[in-house]
Amino acid sequence: MEIADALEVLFLRNYNTRLVVSCTMLLGCACGLMGGFLLLRKRSLMGDTLSHATLPGVCIAFMVGVMLGGQGKSLPMLMFGATGTGVLGCATVLFIRNRSRIKDDAAMGIVLSVFFGAGVALLTMATKMPAGAAAGLESFIYGKTASMVLSDFWLLTTVTVCVLVLSLLLFKEFRLLCFDESYAASQGWPVKRLDVLLLGLVTAVTVAGLQSVGLILIIAFLITPAAAARFWTDRLDQMLFLSALIGGVSGWLGASVSALIPNMPAGALIVLVAASGFLFSMLFGVERGVCVRAYRQWNLKRSVGRQHLLRALYEILEADDVSEDQIRIRSVPFRQVRGRRTWTDAQLRRYLASSYAEGLIEQVGKEDVIVLTEVGLEAAAKVTRNHRLWEMYLIEYADVATSRVDRDADAVEHVLGEDMVTLLESKLQSTRPVGASAVPVSPHPIHPGD
Amino acid sequence: MEWFIIDTWIVVVGMLAAIACALLGNFLVLRKMSMMGDAISHAVLPGLAIAFLVTGARASLSMFVGAAVVGVLTAVFTQWVSRFGKVDEGASMGIVFTTLFALGLLLIVQAADHVDLDASCVLYGAIELTPLDVVWRPELLGTVIDVPRAAVVLSIVCSVNVLFVVFFFKELRISSFDSELATTMGISANVMHYLLMTLVAVTTVAAFEAVGSIIVIAMLIVPAATAHLLTDRLGTMVILSGIIAALTAVLGHIAALVLPGWLGFDAAVVETTSTSGMMAVTAGLLFALALFCSPRYGILAKRFRRLDRSSDLKAENR
Repeated sequence: MEIADALEVLFLRNYNTRLVVSCTMLLGCACGLMGGFLLLRKRSLMGDTLSHATLPGVCIAFMVGVMLGGQGKSLPMLMFGATGTGVLGCATVLFIRNRSRIKDDAAMGIVLSVFFGAGVALLTMATKMPAGAAAGLESFIYGKTASMVLSDFWLLTTVTVCVLVLSLLLFKEFRLLCFDESYAASQGWPVKRLDVLLLGLVTAVTVAGLQSVGLILIIAFLITPAAAARFWTDRLDQMLFLSALIGGVSGWLGASVSALIPNMPAGALIVLVAASGFLFSMLFGVERGVCVRAYRQWNLKRSVGRQHLLRALYEILEADDVSEDQIRIRSVPFRQVRGRRTWTDAQLRRYLASSYAEGLIEQVGKEDVIVLTEVGLEAAAKVTRNHRLWEMYLIEYADVATSRVDRDADAVEHVLGEDMVTLLESKLQSTRPVGASAVPVSPHPIHPGD
Repeated sequence: MEWFIIDTWIVVVGMLAAIACALLGNFLVLRKMSMMGDAISHAVLPGLAIAFLVTGARASLSMFVGAAVVGVLTAVFTQWVSRFGKVDEGASMGIVFTTLFALGLLLIVQAADHVDLDASCVLYGAIELTPLDVVWRPELLGTVIDVPRAAVVLSIVCSVNVLFVVFFFKELRISSFDSELATTMGISANVMHYLLMTLVAVTTVAAFEAVGSIIVIAMLIVPAATAHLLTDRLGTMVILSGIIAALTAVLGHIAALVLPGWLGFDAAVVETTSTSGMMAVTAGLLFALALFCSPRYGILAKRFRRLDRSSDLKAENR
């Protein structure tokens, strides 16, 4: 393969490639946008159901066409039929879900299989009809990516623009629908009508795309880009933009590569490009990616361990049986710390190392003594103070028994923010006066270790 | 309508496939994984392609093994994506099966130069043709019975599924309703999940190879959902779903024989229509019947109860 050839294809200099690539890009954008809403509504497989549900409509349209005396294969007619049963399928899913104990997934499966079954039964009869040429009728839903024509392009452009404009106009309403349906209903929004409108848009995209790129690609386009975009952001507008972008880029790359290398079906390649995008996003997405979440968890674990260590040190120093000398140089015997909590030696050493790295403890020659720095003592006092404030709050407002408040406080204190601490202070000020930075007395006896 | 011995075999094969799928379907519906059958029946394509490329022949055993392995992998990948990526289960299923299907398509196109392996022929086994492939001709009471291969394969699959559901009933029940409770009781919900998924994959592949994918997808969901509308007890639900599945096979085939006549087609031209398609439609009609008329959860019953209650209230207020 020549580099010049590659450039010619990638920059769309060839008419046929330009047509196929721009069609798949447009469709990728439109599907990515709609897929974002579907994903958040947990209805990703709706595209699957919808595209199967169009088959009976296509067959009926063909049969009616033949009975009216034509060839039966007029595209507008077939698309009208497909849209008809597609919308009926959506409505049936909503009806089953809203009116019975059957859940979304089963409702979608029922509509998919029953409609598709009806389609197959009708298709069998249609192919046996003498008048029309039903051969290749099923290719309407399996697509013909390589042989797109200009009318496909205009159709896809119209649908994409409509979808884009409507979802921009109704962005606020759709967002509300996706995140809190019952709140939207309680605020007086026409939730059911919005739901139907959203699914209507999905149907339009699906039917427009089906006959040009086929069922599997539509299903993938409606799911994969949106799921990939979800790993990068928590904001809906950004997610939808990204999702449309990923869909468009997958369409462009997949179709281009397919034009470059012989014997590579465009639909399959586009699905694979989108899937690689998904895999990459799943691993490295900055908001919910696997790596980022693992790092956050590791970090949280480490800081919780460090806070436990600091509080243990503070509580030992605060106890009566510690010598003046020890308090002055802020040193605590290792053995005593070891007995404070159920931690292993290795764990404790890890926490010590991380505290040393943060400048909270001093490295000293003797192995069996831990010495806090000035900063460390301050941090320890703060951690202990937060813990006790939270304990007091639990006893005061949540009626937690004094004897078990320590554990309960442990579970949440590490996620207390600054403003939460201030709030606690003001809440507790009236019942138990606490100084501006003084560490309150523990509300329960502290059991010395070992 | 004329009934031949072939029609009896079609109904028997359809019944075996339907019951095998419906039994497992109960647990898929309860676990909100109804679309698994659909996902697996699309996703097995690369398995078929690889089996073909490795052995170089369209031997059905190697293709079957390849498909079943990829079917299990579909379930495993779906689980991974939804667990590690925290993606909605439906979405992860969709991503996995479309990707596998695309991969299979690429493989087949690459191999297509020297073989005829058609994507659609793999996905459409035809139930109407099953009686022609006879493997066993036992003599019973003086008459020779031609037993088709599909009937033998599907009876084995069906009995394995029946045994599985009977022997692991308690484990399946607890892990389907409350996987954490199952874990505390020493039943590994994970092991049960993968065991179930393996059986679903094997059943799906065996059944769609014999009778077509529509029957599989429909029978995994619709009879179980219908039974779910009729009862609250899992045991009753499982038995009911089996009965509904069997009924669907009989009624579906009859419908396939008589429908073209009803629609006004000339019997000489359009004699019958697809049995698998009509089985799915029949299942849908039975579901609709339950949806409206179920004594406890039916829409009509709920409406009557509401009317009753409101007239009671009115009487009290008067």
